[in-house]
Amino acid sequence: MKNKILPFSVIIIFGIIFFIFYKGLEDSKIYTPDVNTKKEIPVFNTKEFFSGENVKSSSIFELDKVYLLNIWSSWCVPCRQEHPLLMNLNLENKLNIIGMNYKDNLKNAENFLKELGNPYKEIFIDLDGTIAIEWGAYGVPESFLIYNNEIIKKYIGPLNQELVDEINLFIK
Amino acid sequence: MLFPLSIINAEENDKRNKITKNLRCLICQGQSVYDSDSEFANSLKIVVDKKLQEGLSEDQIYEYFKTKYGEWILYDPGLNKNTYILWLLPILIFLIGGAIIYKSFIVKK
Repeated sequence: MKNKILPFSVIIIFGIIFFIFYKGLEDSKIYTPDVNTKKEIPVFNTKEFFSGENVKSSSIFELDKVYLLNIWSSWCVPCRQEHPLLMNLNLENKLNIIGMNYKDNLKNAENFLKELGNPYKEIFIDLDGTIAIEWGAYGVPESFLIYNNEIIKKYIGPLNQELVDEINLFIK
Repeated sequence: MLFPLSIINAEENDKRNKITKNLRCLICQGQSVYDSDSEFANSLKIVVDKKLQEGLSEDQIYEYFKTKYGEWILYDPGLNKNTYILWLLPILIFLIGGAIIYKSFIVKK
């Protein structure tokens, strides 16, 4: 009797291990960032883009308003692609678009806005990329939909018409 | 990367290297923040320096990045409901193996 319990338990244990690893095969191997969790927006101090004056995050984002924070840079090619969409969103005037200028040369950034237009209600500067880290951002371009000082949704990469439609649904 | 001389302090540098080696560069493939020279990794290194200067401990810094980017950013995952098998399986196998050896060799005698 004793001799039978041992092989039996070994088989069961290997069965369990096999099951666990088999289940693990179904998981995605590609890292997908969590884009749907609601998070409080970070508190930070920075400089305003045009005036160079110090600004606090609390003076940029007010309660009860919808904001789209867009991280952009003049050296970022996909930012150029999504820029017309931001211009359109701004024309519809349903939400406030805030720009975060990421690791940029200010002269180039100004030329970028002169060339393509300025959809931003306010722009602040992130010279060393640390504010983007506070936001949990990965790089440029990236956009955050914000309501009541909470991040409702995160868009990693350039916006497209589909995503803009989704944003419009949120605003309604 | 250049740092002001006052910051170059061997102990702090070691700590910074240790922490950045345990942080995953999320936009690179299979590289730690320490190894990577991407924009993301470089900014992250600055943030680690800032946090160290603010007097945060290693664990507090990991916790900070975990709240920003999730558990995936850590190379050394903690014990939780997603990772307990990872932690307990080797111990379990060791115990079962030991029991088998004990039963088949020692008890037989």
